[in-house]
Amino acid sequence: MKGNEALAEAAIRAGCDAYFGYPITPQSEVLEYLAREMPRYGRLVMQAESEVASINMLYGAAGAGFRVMTSSSSPGFSLMQEGISYMAGAELPCLLVNVNRAGPGLGTIQPGQGDYFQATKGGGHGDYRLLVLAPASVQEMADFVFLGFTLAEKYRNPVLILSDGAIGQMMEKVVFDQAPVPDIPKPWATVGKPAHRSRNYITSLHIQPEQMEQHNLRLLEKYKAMQEEVRFEEIATADADYLLVAYGLSGRIAHKAVDVARHRGLRVGLLRPITLYPFPERRLAQLARQVQGMLTIELNSGQMLEDVRLAVNGRVPVRHLGRLGGMLPTPDDIVHELENILEVQHA
Amino acid sequence: MLSDTLPLAATANAAAHEGYEAVYSRPATLLSTPMHYCPGCSHSLVHKLLMEVIAEMGIQEHTIGIAPVGCSVFAYEYMDIDMQEAAHGRACAVATAVKRLMPDRYVFTYQGDGDLAAIGIAETIHAVNRGENFLIVFINNAVYGMTSGQMAPTTLSGMKTTTSPCGRSEALTGSPLKIAEMMAQLPGTWYVTRQMVANANAVRRTKKALRHALEAQQLQKGTCLVEILANCPSNWKMTPVESMKFVEETMTQTFPLGDLKLEGRLCK
Ligand SMILES: Cc1ncc(C[n+]2csc(CCOP(=O)(O)OP(=O)(O)O)c2C)c(N)n1
Ligand code: SF4
Repeated sequence: MKGNEALAEAAIRAGCDAYFGYPITPQSEVLEYLAREMPRYGRLVMQAESEVASINMLYGAAGAGFRVMTSSSSPGFSLMQEGISYMAGAELPCLLVNVNRAGPGLGTIQPGQGDYFQATKGGGHGDYRLLVLAPASVQEMADFVFLGFTLAEKYRNPVLILSDGAIGQMMEKVVFDQAPVPDIPKPWATVGKPAHRSRNYITSLHIQPEQMEQHNLRLLEKYKAMQEEVRFEEIATADADYLLVAYGLSGRIAHKAVDVARHRGLRVGLLRPITLYPFPERRLAQLARQVQGMLTIELNSGQMLEDVRLAVNGRVPVRHLGRLGGMLPTPDDIVHELENILEVQHA
Repeated sequence: MLSDTLPLAATANAAAHEGYEAVYSRPATLLSTPMHYCPGCSHSLVHKLLMEVIAEMGIQEHTIGIAPVGCSVFAYEYMDIDMQEAAHGRACAVATAVKRLMPDRYVFTYQGDGDLAAIGIAETIHAVNRGENFLIVFINNAVYGMTSGQMAPTTLSGMKTTTSPCGRSEALTGSPLKIAEMMAQLPGTWYVTRQMVANANAVRRTKKALRHALEAQQLQKGTCLVEILANCPSNWKMTPVESMKFVEETMTQTFPLGDLKLEGRLCK
């Protein structure tokens, strides 16, 4: 199954009530798949007139207590940022998917990881965070839908699956073995006010600075609590004296590079962040005591690099290897770079 | 500012006195929170009419309102129903999802002319074109009230605003957008009317229009749009009385009153 289709099928199985989307390559399969399959389950799927409309439909549906998802790719995802900020402010759970293509601007439809900053630092205006999951396989495209809905509803916060054009388009085997995400009560939802309760309203507006600050502080507490959701995968780190750090598609390529490097006698390991927010900074700080240096592999000009540097806080040098514009590094490119770095470090 | 809250409180007290009869009161669907609207602003009056209709129809439990960004952004502070506050211009997208997922509920958006006719025109046209089965209450006061009186798409030709200091120029900014006429053309609308609240008769007609539009939701026939010509005395730099006169005598020349579409058919 294609990554995008696996994600779409998982949304149905996880109990997604409604999907709103607008076509854009390389993620249109999500909308197409759901337009075909979702009505059979009596669920709502709508092609909106724009990504602006999609995200605001998502807001309305989430505010009414429904389990909802939208997906897009970079230019369309940029267009959603105001709405995402409103949802973070109004604390509405939802699942967002960005199948990252290379940019800026219209860019190309080939895979990229240039949206890392947008995904992990808030993206829209104001002071907020999304929980960000980075799948590296078709199986994870499916699995993270279940995890994403679970976390979104647990924290009343938007969750973002940050994928890319390659993971979205590639075909792999996928197993669907998870039960639907259990429903939790949403007493805050706007479903019509029965006589016995006071009205519910969904808003991100707090016009008094004192109240706004209190709201900001409450969100901050929530983001602190979210830190315990940090997830990552380690490959061959036990005896590593050099560390690769890479997520998603570049995580897969880096994994191959570790195999090649080990074959050549280099003691290299890999840390693959699965959550980009929260970021595995504690584990990286620990590993900084063990390894001589780190190299981030990214399909951008060095974005996660900054978070790795913050995590290791100057203890070891952190370098970056990136390809841009939809081009990919090969495992050999990475090993070659490693050999150069280690030679220089030893000299 | 509060416009009707104080006199209302007074009538409620009076009603407690023997021998007095309450002839005017706040509907149960309207909270007693003092309104922030400027004195004499149409927003407070339209809020009350809408809430009266909802109380009279007995649909408070089944109604969900969508507030805009504009002076009425705080509508949910006054209306005692479940509500969502939408991003600027996006109320029709929000309402689409709410109504599609809960078709048995009554859903309305309440939007100003900047919100609906400028930044939100795409969401509005597409919702109407899909025939979304909700009510759009469209408050046309010819300016951006909340941001203090800039030009709106509905600003009259030649009208002075803070961003058209020499009067609106059609050459530069086009002509006043006639939303009701536009929306009536789309097959998705079931009922389209333009009203005002500038005198007692007009207030009664507006209330009737709101009721008709909400009742039509039971029929599942399409979108109802009630455009209400409103005043903005603060930004028009007029007294409330002068501003109501301006609505009645000047605005209605560009925006004629009356029904444009009834039961899905264009009115002659
Ligand atoms: C995306 C965005 N752009 C601009 C604004 C600023 N803004 C707030 S209200 C408003 C206009 C409101 O005018 P209108 O819809 O006519 O409502 P009124 O205040 O007159 O009732 C604007 C431009 C905003 N909040 N969000
Ligand atoms: S600024 Fe205008 S529209 Fe806003 S409350 Fe005052 S009078 Fe009403």
